[in-house]
Formats: sequence, structure tokens, C-alpha cells
Amino acid sequence: MTDLLLSQVKLSGESQFGTDEYVVNMGPQHPATHGVLRLIVKLDGETVKETIPVLGYLHRSIEKISENRTYPQCITYTDRVDYVSAMSVNLAFALATERLMGIEAPARAQWLRMVFVELQRLASHLLWMGAFAGDIGALTPFLYGLRERERILDLFEMTCGQRLTYNYIRIGGVMIDVLPEFVPKCRAFLDYFEPKIAEYEGLLTYNPIFLERTKGVGVISPEVGINAGICGPSLRGSGVSCDVRKQQPYLFYDQVKFNECLETAGDCWSRYKVRMNEMRESISIIRQSLDRLEPGPIEAKMPPVLKAPTNSEIYSRIESSRGEMGVYLVGDGTAKPWKVKYRCASFSNLYLLDELTRGWKVADIMAVLGSLDMIVPEVDR
Amino acid sequence: MKVVERTGAQGAEKFYLIAVVQGLFLTLGHVIKNLFNPKRMSVVFYPEQKKALPPATRGRHRLMKREDGTPRCTACMLCATACPAECIHIKAEESPDPNIEKRPEKFDIDMLRCVFCGFCVEACPLDAIRMDIPDVTIADYTRESLVYSKEFLMNHDNKDVVTGYNPPRPVQLTHGPHARP
Repeated sequence: MTDLLLSQVKLSGESQFGTDEYVVNMGPQHPATHGVLRLIVKLDGETVKETIPVLGYLHRSIEKISENRTYPQCITYTDRVDYVSAMSVNLAFALATERLMGIEAPARAQWLRMVFVELQRLASHLLWMGAFAGDIGALTPFLYGLRERERILDLFEMTCGQRLTYNYIRIGGVMIDVLPEFVPKCRAFLDYFEPKIAEYEGLLTYNPIFLERTKGVGVISPEVGINAGICGPSLRGSGVSCDVRKQQPYLFYDQVKFNECLETAGDCWSRYKVRMNEMRESISIIRQSLDRLEPGPIEAKMPPVLKAPTNSEIYSRIESSRGEMGVYLVGDGTAKPWKVKYRCASFSNLYLLDELTRGWKVADIMAVLGSLDMIVPEVDR
Repeated sequence: MKVVERTGAQGAEKFYLIAVVQGLFLTLGHVIKNLFNPKRMSVVFYPEQKKALPPATRGRHRLMKREDGTPRCTACMLCATACPAECIHIKAEESPDPNIEKRPEKFDIDMLRCVFCGFCVEACPLDAIRMDIPDVTIADYTRESLVYSKEFLMNHDNKDVVTGYNPPRPVQLTHGPHARP
């Protein structure tokens, strides 16, 4: 079988070692690509000349399926768009639909959403930290990160019953109110978790081996990053302020105090540092949200069948764990969306992979790919 | 493309031995603490030990029965309509009971398609379908055996099972942690 992409790779025959250039397929079953991502890598010795990501191994046409589902049913599909931070995608779709139909969720639901989305950010960043460190050879942070992630998932499981695909944030509110013991348990977890971040940083941040692998590797300059559409922590590592929570506050993010984490160097280490600092900010946001949680309804008054106005469209964005998560909806007056489009951070962040890895070694591909926090189901959808 | 010269470890640091030992101190600390206090370890020896499922878990489906053993379901198709995965297949027939209009002749749930969203439970106005059997390791050898029939779904005594998934719906239950009076 001929491989179209593979045949596009032009081998020059000139090499610094007097040998031929050659092509290596990384993936789709590669342990370090976090799923089924295939990279066609053109190599000269061990130096990377070109990287072509091949997408589509996890394509499930979620956007197309959503056109044949009612708006509440689409929420179950958003769980699968980004299964490491499913709450964020639930929220992105629910907010877009609410804005399209003019529904306002009650205050308690909004605060609960903030608690759960920020807990999800912690869980997602913990898994990312473990996988990133594992990619470049440090296996311990993976075990430590998953140990704490387990406790967050227990909190989710206690509330909505599921550990991965929650279907918790619904249009007009949340699925179910938290149990009375949730708030003390959540606070106890935050108190337990806060010193753990220092432990991870003790293992990684200024470790000479880690610095050697990440400092100065895969530098994104602010101009290149903005032009390529990089978003989220990956762009904040280059010193560009791009946090949707600050720039276009949704939920009650304008009522809580938190800092936007910025680093200036734009290399893998800066992106790592941004995410570690974001975890601290998330803890602060969760604490403030729990303080503001007051009894009240958790679901807005809605018609039994949700219909979007005819010829209505909306683009609504939130800051998911990976960056800007946008949802574009077109309504045609029926109970089903006419068009659904997800603008996923992983897909746009993957765009720069070729440019960032050229001239570096094969092992640096893993450092760059890991630092971009790419997840395959979000790339392919 | 901007290539930055690497200014990494110099001199003694180049052996990385100090860094390795520093990291080992942290992990060794945990090992020693865990040795003297095994309960501190967050490990579950899975097939032998199982974590208790929380009451809100959405587990395996079951069809609730009336006093006389017939299904509560009246084949109104609300669950099949609400299902985003289209995994519920109902065929209605006339009920011999003059007070009840319809009953399901066939009620199949395709567990291979089910996404465990709980919409069917929320949609049911009669509390006829529940997702509270605490079984999360649903596996079998053939596809056919994972399409659960009405008889299989009703094969239980009518008692409340461990999980008490009880979402807001027209008819409120009185069991489980989320029960409303």
C-alpha cells in the first residue's frame, strides 16, 4: 500500500555524516505520543530534519454526529472530545448553548461549575506533568501525579458517579447538587494537595537533568506563537497574555482573585512552569468558589424541548486545561444543531511541532510534544 | 526557527550524580514512611480488593417490576428518545391489564453502545429503569450476549441495590443519598 504522506518526504541524500537521510515512523502505537498520533520523522543521523504529524487515527466524527442529536444529548459526546478534561468541554458546549438560547444558569450552578472545572484543570495538569516527565525519562512524577489525581476523581465520582466521562455540567445548570460532605472533603483535599506541588517541583523544576532536557528546547517566540494560533499555557510560556478567564470572563471568573501565570522564555521549561503555577492559582480559585457557594437552585427554568432560534449562530470560548476551547453553533429553529464546530487547543498547538523540532534530536521531539500538552482525541475529534 | 545554545550542567554537575541522589532522597523518604505505615500507601490490590463504589455511581441497568412481577415500563419510548447512543430498542404491545395501555414486548439495551450518561433514568416518568446495579466490569465473549434482553434486565428482586443513582425526575424516589422527601 502506498502511503501518500510518506511519499511526500523528499530525501536529499546529503548528510552531515556522509550517510543517507532516512525516515522513521513514530507511532501510531508509540508509548510517548499519548495516544494514536503518528509522526513521520525525517532524520539525518539523530538530527530531525522534518516532522509530519499524521492525524485521523482517533477520528470519530463527533461534530457530524452532533448534528443528529438534540442539544442536551450533545453533552454526552463532548465528554469524549477531551477525555482528560471532560468537564471543560461539557462547560464549553453548555455555555455556548445557553448563550444561543438566552438561558442563564443560577448562581449556585455557576459556582459549582467553577469548582469542578478548576478541579478538572488540576487533574489534567497532574496527568500532563506525569506524562511529560515520563516522556523525558523521569518516571516518579507520573506515579505521584496520578496518586493525587485519583483523589480528585474520587471527588467527581462522589458527586456525579463517573470518573472519566461525567456528563455533569448540563445546559442550564449542573446535573445534581453536591452532597453535604463534598465541601469539607474538597477543602481537605486542597489542604493535602497544596504542599504536594512543592514536592513535584522539588523533583523536577531545578533538577539539572530536567533543565538540560527542557531549557532552551522548542522555543516559541511570541510573534510566531500568535501567528500560528497557539493558545493556552503553551502561549503564556512565551509571555503573551491570552487567558480567556481574564480577557473575556465567563461564569464568575471576574469575581474571584487569581493571577494569570506568565513566563517569558517560551521554551519547554517555561511551559512546564506556567502549568505548575496554574495549579496553585486553581487551588485559590476553588477555595474562593467554595466560600461563595450558597444554597439555591442548580438548574434554570427551561422549556422541555430546547430549540435554538432560526438562523442563529454563536461562537463561545472558554479556557480549558489545554488552552482556548471554542464552540461554534448554528441553530436552525429545531431541537438539533445545524452545525457544531469545536475549536480545540491541541489541534492548533500541534501546528508548530514541525518548526519547533527541526534541528533538534529525536529525543527532543518527545520533550516538545509533551510540553505542548497535546491530546489525540481533541486533535481528531 | 531559533536555535538556542544549550548552557546546561557544568563541571561536577555534568555527572548528574548529585541530581540523581537528591531525587532519590525524596522518593526514599516516601518508601521508608510507607514501610512503617503501609496504610499510607494509596494502592488498591485490584482483583482481590475492590474499592467501594460511591452511592451516585451509574452502574448497570435494570427494569423495575410491579408487585405482580410485570415490568413497570409502559413502552412510552421516552428513554429510547432521550438516549444519545441509540442503544435502547423497544417494541410495544397491548397490555392484557385494562388499566394499563401498553407494555414492552421487547426491551433491549445494547451495552456495547451505551455511554452510561443516565439520560434514560432521568427521562423515565415511572421509575421503571434504574442504573444502580454496582457492576462496572461489564465484559463478555460475544456481541450478542451484551445486548441485554427484557428478561435479563428484570432478573433481580425488587430491592434497592448498593448504588442509589437518583437524578431529578418527575417521580421522586425515596432511597439513596440524593433522595428528596
